[in-house]
Amino acid sequence: MTTTTTPVSDPLVIDGVPLGSRLIMGTGGAPSLDGLGAALVASGTELTTVAMRRYSTPTAGTAGAVNLFDLLLEKNIRVLPNTAGCFTAREAVMTAELAREALETDWVKLEVIADEHTLLPDAVELVDATEQLVNRGFKVFAYTNDDPVLALRLEQLGAAAVMPLGAPIGTGLGILNPHNIGLIVARASVPVVLDAGIGTASDAALAMELGCDAVLLATAVTRAQDPVRMAEAFKHAVIGGRLAARAGRIPKREHALASSAMEGRPDL
Amino acid sequence: MTQISLNGAAHSLTDGSTVADLVHTVTGRPINPDGRPADGGRLGVAVALNAGIVPRSLWAATPLSMNDDVEIVTAVQGG
Repeated sequence: MTTTTTPVSDPLVIDGVPLGSRLIMGTGGAPSLDGLGAALVASGTELTTVAMRRYSTPTAGTAGAVNLFDLLLEKNIRVLPNTAGCFTAREAVMTAELAREALETDWVKLEVIADEHTLLPDAVELVDATEQLVNRGFKVFAYTNDDPVLALRLEQLGAAAVMPLGAPIGTGLGILNPHNIGLIVARASVPVVLDAGIGTASDAALAMELGCDAVLLATAVTRAQDPVRMAEAFKHAVIGGRLAARAGRIPKREHALASSAMEGRPDL
Repeated sequence: MTQISLNGAAHSLTDGSTVADLVHTVTGRPINPDGRPADGGRLGVAVALNAGIVPRSLWAATPLSMNDDVEIVTAVQGG
C-alpha cells in the first residue's frame, strides 16, 4: 500500500491528459523486468519511457510479464516512447513513427544526441525534428540542453513539454545550472520536465522547488543499490519539492533572525 | 522460398508470405486481418519494409518479395 499520494487537485496536465504523479520514470538500466516492475510501482509513476529496438523473442519460462510493453500494460502505466540512439532528425522522425505505430500513442520523448561521449542534445537536429514531428501530429516532449533560448524555441515550434537536462545522461551530477532551469521555468508556458542527471532524492526536490512541473529519471533508481527504496524516496522528494515550491519559501537573509520574541523574557 | 533480411539477418519465407504471416511467425501470435492479434491483446510491434512503415491494417495485404529488408521493432527498456 502506498503511504502518500499526490493531491488529486494538483495533477500534471500534458496535452490535456492529467497525471497523478509528477515523477516520470525511465526504464533503462534495470537488470530484470520483475525488479523494474516493483520499482515502477514504488515510484507511483503514471508515465514511463521506453526505447524502440528490434524485436527479439522473449525468453520462455519467465514468470509474470515477459516483455516490457506487457509489464506497463499490466501496471496501467502510460508509455512514452523515446528516440534514444538517434543522431539525426531523419532517424528520430522514423523512430517516432515506428513507436506511434507499435504503441499506439502520439506522445514521443524526442532525443537527438550529438555524440556518444557527452550524450548531449544536438540543438540543430532537435529543432528540425521537433518541427517535423509537430507537423506530423506528434506530441513532442523535447529533451533539450539547459538553454533558456532553445527551450523557448522548442515551445514556439509546438513542443508539448520541454525537458531540460540537469546534467548529462547517467552522470548523477544533479542540477548543474539551477539558474538556467529557473529561467526556463519562468518563461515557459508548456510543462517543464527536468530530465537527466538526477542522482538522488534531493536533486529531484530541487528541480521541483525551481518550479519544474515534473522530473524524469531512470538510472538514479534502476542502478541504485536498492531500486525500490530509491523509487519511493523519489516519489516523496517530488511531492515535497512541489509542495515547497507552491508554499512560498522564506527569503534568504544575510543575518540571523530570532524566531522567539525577546519581549517578556525573564530577567535572569 | 523467398529470401529477405529480417532485423539485419537472413530469413527464408514461403513464397507468397505477407507481412502479417511474418509477424505471426516472429511473435508466435496469430494476426487478424486488421493487424491486431487474434488473442485480443496488444502486440506492441511495428514493421518497416524497405525503410517505410507498413501500418498494421495493411500487413495482411502486403506481400514480401525477394531481398526485401524488414525491420520489426518493439518497446524495450530505455530512459
